[in-house]
Amino acid sequence: MKLYCLSGHPTLPCNVLKFKSTTIMLDCGLDMNSTLNFLPLPLVQSPRLSNLPGWSLKDGNAFLDKELKECSGHVFVDSVPEFCLPETELIDLSTVDVILISNYHCMMALPYITEHTGFTGTVYATEPSVQIGRLLMEELVNFIERVPKAQSASLWKNKDIQRLLPSPLKDAVEVSTWRRCYTMQEVNSALSKIQLVGYSQKIELFGAVQVTPLSSGYALGSSNWIIQSHYEKVSYVSGSSLLTTHPQPMDQASLKNSDVLILTGLTQIPTANPDSMVGEFCSNLALTVRNGGNVLVPCYPSGVIYDLLECLYQYIDSAGLSSIPFYFISPVANSSLEFSQIFAEWLCHNKQTKVYLPEPPFPHAELIQTNKLKHYPSIHGDFSNDFRQPCVVFTGHPSLRFGDVVHFMELWGKSSLNTVIFTEPDFSYLEALAPYQPLAMKCIYCPIDTRLNFIQVSKLLKEVQPLHVVCPEQYTQPPPAQSHRIDLMIDCQPPAMSYRRAEVLALPFKRRYEKIEIMPELADSLVPMEIKPGVSLATVSAVLHTKDNKHILQPPPRPAQPTGGKKRKRASDDIPDCKVLKPLLSGSIPVEQFVQTLEKHGFSDIKVEDTAKGHIVLLQEAETLIQIEEDSTHIICDNDEMLRVRLRDLVLKFLQKF
Amino acid sequence: MDPECSRLLPALCAVLADPRQPVADDTCLEKLLDWFTAVTEAGSSLLLLQENPCLVELLFHVLKSQDLSSRILSFSLRLAGIFAAQEDCFQYLQQGELLPMLFGEVGPLGGAAWTAPAVRSGWIQGLRTLAQHPSALHFLAACGAVDTIFSLQGDPSLFVASAAGQLLVHILDLVMRGPAEGRRSPQACDWPACAQKIVGHIEDSLCSTDIPQVTQALSVLTTAFGHCHGLWTQGLWVRLSPLVARLLEKDPVPASHSLVDLLLSVARSAPSSDRDLWETLAQTLSHLSPTQAGPLALGILKLQDCPQVLRTQAFGILLQPLACVLEAAAQAPGPPGLLEGAAADSMMVDTLLSSKSACVGLLCCALAHLGLLQPLPQRPSPWPQAPLLGAAVTILRLCSGSAAPTSDVGGRLCAILVGCGRVQRAALDFLGALSQGTGPQELVTQVFSVLLEYLVSPESSSMVLKKAFQATLRWLLSSPKTPGCCDLDPHTQLFLRELLPVLQKRLCSPCWEVRDSVLEFLTQMTRHCGGQAGFRQALLASEVPELTKQLLRDPESYVRASAVTATGQLSSWGLCATPAIPECPGAQQESLLVELLHILSTDSEGFPRRAVMQVFTEWLRDGHADVAEDAERFVAGVLQAASRDLDWEVRAQGLELALVFLEQLLGQRGSHCPYAVALPETAPPGVLDQALQVLCRVQLFEFAFRALFDCDRPVAQKSCDLLLFLRAKAAPCGSSQEAGDSPNVASVEATLQRWQAGEQGQPLGYLEPGAVVALLRSIDLEGLRDTLAESSDHVEKSPQSLLQDMLAAVGVLGENEADCY
Repeated sequence: MKLYCLSGHPTLPCNVLKFKSTTIMLDCGLDMNSTLNFLPLPLVQSPRLSNLPGWSLKDGNAFLDKELKECSGHVFVDSVPEFCLPETELIDLSTVDVILISNYHCMMALPYITEHTGFTGTVYATEPSVQIGRLLMEELVNFIERVPKAQSASLWKNKDIQRLLPSPLKDAVEVSTWRRCYTMQEVNSALSKIQLVGYSQKIELFGAVQVTPLSSGYALGSSNWIIQSHYEKVSYVSGSSLLTTHPQPMDQASLKNSDVLILTGLTQIPTANPDSMVGEFCSNLALTVRNGGNVLVPCYPSGVIYDLLECLYQYIDSAGLSSIPFYFISPVANSSLEFSQIFAEWLCHNKQTKVYLPEPPFPHAELIQTNKLKHYPSIHGDFSNDFRQPCVVFTGHPSLRFGDVVHFMELWGKSSLNTVIFTEPDFSYLEALAPYQPLAMKCIYCPIDTRLNFIQVSKLLKEVQPLHVVCPEQYTQPPPAQSHRIDLMIDCQPPAMSYRRAEVLALPFKRRYEKIEIMPELADSLVPMEIKPGVSLATVSAVLHTKDNKHILQPPPRPAQPTGGKKRKRASDDIPDCKVLKPLLSGSIPVEQFVQTLEKHGFSDIKVEDTAKGHIVLLQEAETLIQIEEDSTHIICDNDEMLRVRLRDLVLKFLQKF
Repeated sequence: MDPECSRLLPALCAVLADPRQPVADDTCLEKLLDWFTAVTEAGSSLLLLQENPCLVELLFHVLKSQDLSSRILSFSLRLAGIFAAQEDCFQYLQQGELLPMLFGEVGPLGGAAWTAPAVRSGWIQGLRTLAQHPSALHFLAACGAVDTIFSLQGDPSLFVASAAGQLLVHILDLVMRGPAEGRRSPQACDWPACAQKIVGHIEDSLCSTDIPQVTQALSVLTTAFGHCHGLWTQGLWVRLSPLVARLLEKDPVPASHSLVDLLLSVARSAPSSDRDLWETLAQTLSHLSPTQAGPLALGILKLQDCPQVLRTQAFGILLQPLACVLEAAAQAPGPPGLLEGAAADSMMVDTLLSSKSACVGLLCCALAHLGLLQPLPQRPSPWPQAPLLGAAVTILRLCSGSAAPTSDVGGRLCAILVGCGRVQRAALDFLGALSQGTGPQELVTQVFSVLLEYLVSPESSSMVLKKAFQATLRWLLSSPKTPGCCDLDPHTQLFLRELLPVLQKRLCSPCWEVRDSVLEFLTQMTRHCGGQAGFRQALLASEVPELTKQLLRDPESYVRASAVTATGQLSSWGLCATPAIPECPGAQQESLLVELLHILSTDSEGFPRRAVMQVFTEWLRDGHADVAEDAERFVAGVLQAASRDLDWEVRAQGLELALVFLEQLLGQRGSHCPYAVALPETAPPGVLDQALQVLCRVQLFEFAFRALFDCDRPVAQKSCDLLLFLRAKAAPCGSSQEAGDSPNVASVEATLQRWQAGEQGQPLGYLEPGAVVALLRSIDLEGLRDTLAESSDHVEKSPQSLLQDMLAAVGVLGENEADCY
């Protein structure tokens, strides 16, 4: 059993598991941190961004000044943003049989895999994952395509040139594999390969293994996966949460008794408690708005935003913010808000019960109804007519490199009355802000990551007791910035195996059993014999038939009547030799009684030696040695076959035959 | 006993003896026992029994009856104990063989009733009350009660077990305190047989391998040394201390908690010259585990006379956990830590790192113990203020994750403590306590910086934040003033500048507890520093006053109440939100007054309205500018709103405000001392007339008279006091003599009578000053005051009422029974 690790990002995993005869890809996350090296794509012409000076080498050489621009001491690539793909060379991706998706954030690289690697398999995901994943992809494509950029920079990627660049460009990894965003057509084609699954549904893969999605409690439709054969069980835990937010709670019990547990997608901010962060978010929002400032919340169009809107729904009246407009701007805002209300079966119990009242499960419906929350596909069109300040704007993309958020950063960045509040944990907020410097607006970092923290992981592992844990290397040591925090790492016994990008792990686990079915007529012919109370044995002679990873014992064909013909038999018609088998033996030899028997039969001068594994009976006179061990008995004598047979028969007297 | 009770008693005894009559409840029986105790303390029990033969009959009946409830049986045992406490009555009961039947082996002791804990408890309490005289001792010996008490020490009911232990001590004390006490040698060999038996039992228990038995013996001894002060206790200690010392040789020390209690109890009662005792204490300190030794160390340090060596050792025990933390977190070997010369004990380190609960428990105890010691006069000297401050700061940093210890132990401590709210709260409390002392400036800076870190951190829970605010307040108030200047010192000033943005953010917290804590902090800060320029400047430059004002409309009533108090305080110091219109500075203030009045008359919750009344009273007392402008109108408005309030505390506070107003008009109230010789000073007639006119205009009398008949006693009492004060001031005013007969007064009196009867709908109408004075004279205010002074249940509390109630309860049940047939 092997694990091919194609992504080094612990929360955007992409691993391939070879288990029995199947090749299973676990998630295909897309690392978008690469976009932070690019200049933002402004929706409205920005003189500031277009007038940034080109970057030149220390010696004044300015051959890169078209590709690289400088802003407040940082250098950015002036080109269409590119993404860092999972490793494609480590394993032939066309051999992947299935892809299992655990949540909508972990499927963003899907079009790259399904459309460009010769992949012919099936993708399994839950319906909300697919629908919201589609929205995220659609938004991404829309953000990038609606600001066409003629220029595509590639010179800087040359290894010799990259060495000369300042950090972080100099240290960017795998730049040659960075790709531009996919198209909507590719998205549609990729999504058409998905087969929808429900929680606890058992899916047979070629008869070899069974895969089952389980609720992971992190997002709408998010799943962990169980991959099991009859005697082995691998659990794949990715992006799970034990907090009471909107999704169905995590199913922990089904993860018990795993041989291997692959653990990814833990919280990216283990030191920030989501509840405290929500409090911080509300306080800062209220403080800004009360002072007449605007609040900008860069966010994804689905996920935490639902919880934030719910908190605000409860908070705004008490904080006297009822008259403040909330705007949600995204090409998929409308669909996202509506989808959330129809996936009742995937929601937590409280929200599910609301549906039967009937009431919308999320209170943002009421916010929309009362005009407190308004949503728009973009800043163009209706929004510009309704726009009223001070206000709160939720919009993407959290990287601040594309999407409507770029416009608001340019618009509000100059005033210290305004605040940008970062709630998505995927990007470093300081790096995200770098191309907007100098910035007067206040910046607040309240990352809300509801995924498991290390305390919860430790409890989970104690509860489910896997034999082995496999996780990204980042989880096996404290964060580099807080090296003394040994509480911020996985602590389990035996220690977790770690992996990094482009590594192949041989999982420490050997398959020992396989299930074989026995045909009824063959079973009928068996005559079991009880060799000790409760244990019966029978010998069986049969043909092992193996097809589609299923093994069946069938009755042996009757020996063919000798035809006497001279036809040459084809090899495939060979009938297995059914020799008459010697009886099988069981039991153990009591040494003392054995020696007495030997003496009775005329052997004298017998000496018994104890060995580590059993006994040696020495017949000194006959120069013979009988080695008795737990599972074997050897008679060693010099070419005296008569003696050997005599002794053998004496040994056999003590054993049962069947 | 009064005749009426004597008359009711036979019926009651019949009810009690009748198993078919369920007695009301245990409380009634307890009250009955209290009453009998009072009666027997006041007079002869023998006489009581002779005059009321039904009581003895009851006791006999109880013995015969098979199906009586365990409550009644327990009651009877205790009742018999009360009667037999007097020796003559004891003899009287003995003649009838009643006592052996109740307390001996033939009584409930051997029967099925004994399974009820109430009966066993009643048996013990009965004996406890009975054992007051030598005859009782003979009786106890004769009926073998002591052996039963021994066995009851291990009773499954904790109440019974504990009472059994106490009874043993009582008997021991009674035996030893006899007339021969002075002659008795402290050596225990010639003690009476009963004492020998008890002490022998204790000795056996101390040597037992059964830990509960050791615990029982230790707690009996603890009680003995805590409550008995005879010379014999010294002899007892001499005899038993070797056995106690032997317990220390065991590992682990058995029943360590009880052992600590015993040693402290002995130490408190022993003479300070007892070197053996101090030796045992020192030995115990070194034998017990760090967690067990903490309470003993604290107890030793609280002792008045105790050798310095032992105090040093005990203090070392308390300091050890903190010393370990300091050492583990130290970046480099620094100046001598808490325990000079001694490195952190490895056993302590092991305990700290053994588990999270052990670490948290030990640190919390150490911090709490040191916090308790800090203000005591007998605290160890020199008090290591600086290292303790350092330790508190370090613990807080470890808990927040901001400390970056380099050592292995430090790293593991950090992993255990990070985010631990219990330790955070304990450390913040301790840090607050340390504000009473001084420290090097560098450390004080660190204190403020760690406090700020906690106040800023979103991870601080609301309780931790509250403690952080409390500690901050204590440190701010104790920070040294710049010599020759009443303003804050520059460090505090700097801290305040950083603190105010935090307050701003916290005032917007979605968690109401947080908003409330900030408002309380702000109120206290303003109360103490409202006059200091630095504070005023920083506050006015922030948005805190404006945000505070906005919280007057908070959805949470506690927050509204705190916001009312805070804005009231801010306004008193002229620190309320800056006027919106610069030309008319009063506009904003006036609007605050209007807003508070609005809260008073419309808020649905009591807390904000009470807070408004307190603010208004304070404003009136302090002569707040906007109130002083037109105090009459202000008082009239407030009283009108308060009189309609459903909350009695608001009405009572209204009377407080009225009193302040009265004092301002008529002069201070006289001394509150009831023994003061001077009569209240009367006001000059001119002033009085004028004042009465004003009081009539603000309708203070209508408010006060209405309050006089208020259904809530404290309001009526307060009103009565106020009117008495007013009458005293107005006493010599002759002009009102004639007004007493005017029709106006008569109709008012009639209205008041109706009010008193509960019909308060009718208004009083406008009152003339003359009529008021006449009314004040005509109403029997003193009589009213005396009636009000009696507790509301004074009638119901009488024994007669108790007996009647008990009978009535059964009587009613009887009627129901009849109905059923």
